[in-house]
Amino acid sequence: MATLITVLYYLLVAFFAACFLHNFRRSKNWQTEALYLIVLLPFLLRLFRLK
Amino acid sequence: MKNPDALRKSIFSLVFGLIFIFSGLSFYRSRHLKEPLVAGDGLLEVKKLSDYFPGIKGSINDANVYVLAEKISGAAGGAALVLGGSHAEEPAGRLAAWLLVENALVERGRVFIIPTANPSASTSTRPGGAYPPDYEITTPWGKQKFRQGDRWSNPLDQWPDPEVYIHYPSRQQLAYMDIRNQNRTWPGRPEGTMTEKTCYAMTQLIIKEKIDLVIDLHEAELQYPVISTIVAHQKGEDLAALASMMISGEEGFNIGVEYSPVALRGLSHREIGDHTPAIPLLLETPEPFLDATRGKTDRELLLTGKDEFVMRAGRHGLLFERLDEKGWPIEVRVGRHLSSIIQILKVWTELHPDRPILMENVPRYAEVISSGIGYYLKNPEGAPPGKLFYE
Repeated sequence: MATLITVLYYLLVAFFAACFLHNFRRSKNWQTEALYLIVLLPFLLRLFRLK
Repeated sequence: MKNPDALRKSIFSLVFGLIFIFSGLSFYRSRHLKEPLVAGDGLLEVKKLSDYFPGIKGSINDANVYVLAEKISGAAGGAALVLGGSHAEEPAGRLAAWLLVENALVERGRVFIIPTANPSASTSTRPGGAYPPDYEITTPWGKQKFRQGDRWSNPLDQWPDPEVYIHYPSRQQLAYMDIRNQNRTWPGRPEGTMTEKTCYAMTQLIIKEKIDLVIDLHEAELQYPVISTIVAHQKGEDLAALASMMISGEEGFNIGVEYSPVALRGLSHREIGDHTPAIPLLLETPEPFLDATRGKTDRELLLTGKDEFVMRAGRHGLLFERLDEKGWPIEVRVGRHLSSIIQILKVWTELHPDRPILMENVPRYAEVISSGIGYYLKNPEGAPPGKLFYE
């Protein structure tokens, strides 16, 4: 059960990371773009199991 | 580039990529830092926790178990288990256990030492607490670096946490994050979380090796009432009280005795006593680094224990231990642990002459303060074959 929850958790993290990247590409406002990248950082660190 | 949006996005992506690479490398190096340990002449063998519970094999928490004993006389005496790093952010415990493995000679009985009882916790730091990733101890041959660690197992190794942590087997409800707290998951269970499995493996070690005495080394914030003390299960009340008197009389510092509360579950000093034949004792030294009202949380505070804000709390009567300009240096804290262990084993042997545990060549409180911790750390470059291990 714990393994299943962990897998789902990482899928969730990957989904949101993909959403942030997608929104970053579509954005036309530099402040929003910077915000998406800042928010993306902890998601990627967790996804790559660095922090 | 004609499109300004594309140019801006490219610059942002480049900056982001650099930040990600540098921060990622820093976190990776910190998590995978190898700490060399040079075992002394007292080492008989090194085991793994998975030797006692195969369910933990392959996990980061399959910790090294250093067995100190004489080949012939070892089996004739008693047996003690010393745990360092149950809470990895309390470095005096790890360092005291480290010095035991590198220096101690056991003449009678066996002493099992686990310097990093929760390896996963030693690879994590508290992001909201601005913890440094590591610290260094100066030695005659250079500096030795140690991971700083955190109180809880690394979320990379055990995640997610439940809404409420229900302790096994008492079913007492505890704070959610304490499911990763090694001193809330005793006696552990074989089908539990990684932290519970680690405690289960250590419980199996205690039972299978017929351990008489478990000494769990910790540190505490000065605003917490359980400090500068031996916390004893009711089976070890006499032992702790006598050791406290001996320490006060012979070692040059005072240490109190607290009795393990029956209603507080999951702690080593409660569950080991209830679920195994061993007597558990937990030692606490003062660590201002852990106080919530501390100032800058850096390596200096960790090693010197000097903090003006915690001192100010003391002036308002908010501390349970004194704190002055001298602070609580790491040498004092490690020395207290080592001298306490010496006296506990001495009292144990006096009370149980049929199961003696005689340990020599352990630096005492006054010696550690005078010579420093680094004086007793061995140079890994000059390690004899078969004596170099990594934590």
